[in-house]
Amino acid sequence: MKLFACVLLLSGFFIVLAALVLLTSLQQRFAFVAAGFCVEVLGLVLLTQSYKSMTEEQR
Amino acid sequence: MNLELSLFSILLVPFAAAGLALIHQGLGRSRSAAHAMLASLCALAVSAIVFVLFGSAWAGSVGGATHSFLAGGAHWDWLGAAPFLARGISFDGSDAAGLSRSLELCLELFAVGLGAIIPLSAGADRWRLGPICLSSALLGGVTFPIFAHWVWGGGWLAQLAANFGIPSFTDAGGAGVVQVVGGLTALSVAWIAGPRRGKYSDDGIPAAIPGHNIVLVLFGCILALVGWTGLDAAASILFYGAGPQQVVGVAINAILAASAGCLAAVAITRSRYHKPDASLSANGWIAGLVAGSASCAMISPLVAIFIGAIAGVLATYTIEAFELHLRVDDPGGAVSVHALAGIWGLIALGLFGHFSQGTRGGHLLAQLVGISALLGFMLPLIHAGNLLLNRFSTYRVDDDGHRLGMDVRELGAGAYPEFVIHADEFVPR
Repeated sequence: MKLFACVLLLSGFFIVLAALVLLTSLQQRFAFVAAGFCVEVLGLVLLTQSYKSMTEEQR
Repeated sequence: MNLELSLFSILLVPFAAAGLALIHQGLGRSRSAAHAMLASLCALAVSAIVFVLFGSAWAGSVGGATHSFLAGGAHWDWLGAAPFLARGISFDGSDAAGLSRSLELCLELFAVGLGAIIPLSAGADRWRLGPICLSSALLGGVTFPIFAHWVWGGGWLAQLAANFGIPSFTDAGGAGVVQVVGGLTALSVAWIAGPRRGKYSDDGIPAAIPGHNIVLVLFGCILALVGWTGLDAAASILFYGAGPQQVVGVAINAILAASAGCLAAVAITRSRYHKPDASLSANGWIAGLVAGSASCAMISPLVAIFIGAIAGVLATYTIEAFELHLRVDDPGGAVSVHALAGIWGLIALGLFGHFSQGTRGGHLLAQLVGISALLGFMLPLIHAGNLLLNRFSTYRVDDDGHRLGMDVRELGAGAYPEFVIHADEFVPR
């Protein structure tokens, strides 16, 4: 789960980079950067959840 | 560039490190106080040496040699390629470029030390000294130099304007380069080291483990203000060409942002708990400094107050959320105070900063791209590095360390040997 979360974080970053390279309009770039951000937040939530469940198991 | 002003500002930066060190040891337990201070010194020492040996080469400088590649029609400058051991920098004052580069090195040296001290707060009372040194070496040698190059060394984030037609990512006082990188390292350390023993009950309710010396914490806040003013001013002068008049604005904005952050935390804790909470108010102060540092030379005093106040509110609520809902045991609140407040500061710069060129939307987009790089690239890199180091040398202290405290376990003697300050050492087993 942690590995998948890290892959999601990286994927979000690459979506942001792709928005810069492939798009030219500011609005389109905003939309894709926002999408990349959402993917990163998803990865962060997953990573947090995996450590949270690990802490609960150890307890 | 004003040589005297930039040198004076740089020499103030160690006060920020001293302030953070006092805050961290004061918010930890008394039985780990000496360990916390020694850990701060070791983190500063290791990161400084490793940065000069390797990191400074990768951090590079604007116009210096770099590692780069062409992709998608853009020039991706991703790492500095200056000579190792700082051999490319002349300290004899023979040329202006050498003087400027030596000042940058001096500032980055203190900044990396400050960044290395931040994670100690998240690992307080359980993070061993050896792994602290290893993690500081990772920060000083790899993670800090990479992002410092991207932003301050003329890397791809500093070249967004040239490559993609949007304004470049801006971080005038190191909110991203120093604070968010340090804060994300703190998050990684808190995850790896796990919560302190006794922090969570069987049903998951967190126990309050109060700091042992709130006077030192609050004194640390005053020291941090001096250091932060120096860091903000020096970075603004060296990397963004700020003049003496703007430096006065930087100093005013720093104290206003810190004050607003502190007062917001005082007001919130007073309304919630009927009395102000000193440790959360101290965190609000630092959060204000962190958030205000991104835009220190580019905002009006009124905006600095607003940014600081929001940072204080953010820190106060997220410290509780991390502890209560996410099970992240971060005794000093480093993740909220440095990572989240730093990210807010970077966004606020896009929203409210005064820029001579570019549209408001373009600046906001550039700031979001920079934050995305921090979360999407730097966090996995930092976490992978720390997980790897944890394999070689376990971060978390053993059960004896939890029972005796870090001072006795790792240093062989307590910080306050004349006083019996915790009874559980003397409980018969």
